[in-house]
Amino acid sequence: MKLTLKIWRQENATAKGSMQTYSLKGVSTDMSFLEMMDVLNEQLMEQGIDPVAFDHDCREGICGSCSMFINGEAHGPDRLVTTCQLHMRKFKDGDTIHIEPFRAKPFPVIKDLVVDRTAFDRIQHAGGFVSVNTSGNTQDANATPIEKADADKAFDAATCIGCGACVASCKNASAMLFVSAKVSQYALLPQGQVEATDRVLNMVKQMDEEGFGNCTNTGACEVECPKGISLENIARMNREYLSANMKG
Amino acid sequence: MGFVLSSTILRKFAMALSGLFLMLFLLQHFAINITSVFSETIFNQFSHFMGTNAIVQFVLQPILIFGVIFHFVMGFILDIQNRSARGTRYAVYKGSANASWVSRNMLISGGTVLAFLALHFYDFWVPEMNYKYIEFLPENPDRYYEELVHKFEDLTRVILYVISFVFLALHLSHGFSSAFQSMGFNNKYTPVVKSLGKVYSIGIPAGFAFIAIFHFLNH
Repeated sequence: MKLTLKIWRQENATAKGSMQTYSLKGVSTDMSFLEMMDVLNEQLMEQGIDPVAFDHDCREGICGSCSMFINGEAHGPDRLVTTCQLHMRKFKDGDTIHIEPFRAKPFPVIKDLVVDRTAFDRIQHAGGFVSVNTSGNTQDANATPIEKADADKAFDAATCIGCGACVASCKNASAMLFVSAKVSQYALLPQGQVEATDRVLNMVKQMDEEGFGNCTNTGACEVECPKGISLENIARMNREYLSANMKG
Repeated sequence: MGFVLSSTILRKFAMALSGLFLMLFLLQHFAINITSVFSETIFNQFSHFMGTNAIVQFVLQPILIFGVIFHFVMGFILDIQNRSARGTRYAVYKGSANASWVSRNMLISGGTVLAFLALHFYDFWVPEMNYKYIEFLPENPDRYYEELVHKFEDLTRVILYVISFVFLALHLSHGFSSAFQSMGFNNKYTPVVKSLGKVYSIGIPAGFAFIAIFHFLNH
């Protein structure tokens, strides 16, 4: 395949970026999107041009690093996949592909397609955990019976990889799907009950301080989420938050 | 107000609550107006009651006006915050790939309804306030039907009303189920809520449009 790539290039966090156009030949339909980017970078280096910086790690849809906004969608046109799982067979010979970083004020661009997503880490630190005494008297988690339906829902929420596609896709740059997944995975389990009130209040407070937008229930986040995290989690977080506020 | 504005979730909860309140009012408004189609007397009786009852006039009406203003002001505040949260805009953004036009453009449909409300207030509410509280004219329990019919003799006004009702339907088609989601209601009954939302969002605006067209054709 021969492709025209329009890619956001930005030298560093403070530089002004712009879309640059590159031509790329010999792209196989069997390549993953990141392999195509590797080929492009080899070509650029041969030409003495700075390669395109992009995040990647596991390349199997687990780490959530590969944050690219491809042709107007987070992780590209395919569903339930990350950019590394997107294959070039989803594109046609002669296509023009627009590649941009995830855009949100709390996700500032570091370089080219690499954005700083530590806002998610700070939200997680604010309450996305359970405190367990590890002095040797810790109770085996399996000793606490949990209803299958709750366990399944908690596990579904826990599959969130924190890639940020929800923020990138939402027209309001809202992080509610991410935060609600982290709140839900504990809210559904007995181990999460002790810190439930503080968790939801602190995580939402941190989310707001980071400057993410308001959720207007468009559902774009759910559609673009590579792990299929449901809007049901946002409703659960809303309930948890309202109930926590009433408890004071 | 400050407490409500302090959190994204409280803001959406407040929007949902005010939206549900306004939907309840619309239902009541429609229930009274539809009587004008089949009985001048019943319509006049209801309107006279609503126009002269102290609780309706001095308790419910201010609450309603506050609800309307709150919903619109909050809507604009949220939109400004949301635009700011994006920062740099995308060169290519395919919103239609993952969300409906209606859900992405509540400001357009809501803004149109706001413009309609200005016309509607000019048509009915301002003359009513003038009649009762400025000129202090003697109450005539039979005047309401004539006032209503008179407004819909003008084709341009009927067209403006019908167009506004289309935008109201679009706004409600997302707003109804969205309000329940914002209040934390998303469970096995959600499909029922969505179906109810479709019936309400089409039925009520279509009913209002029918009333306007009926009186235009009937005058």
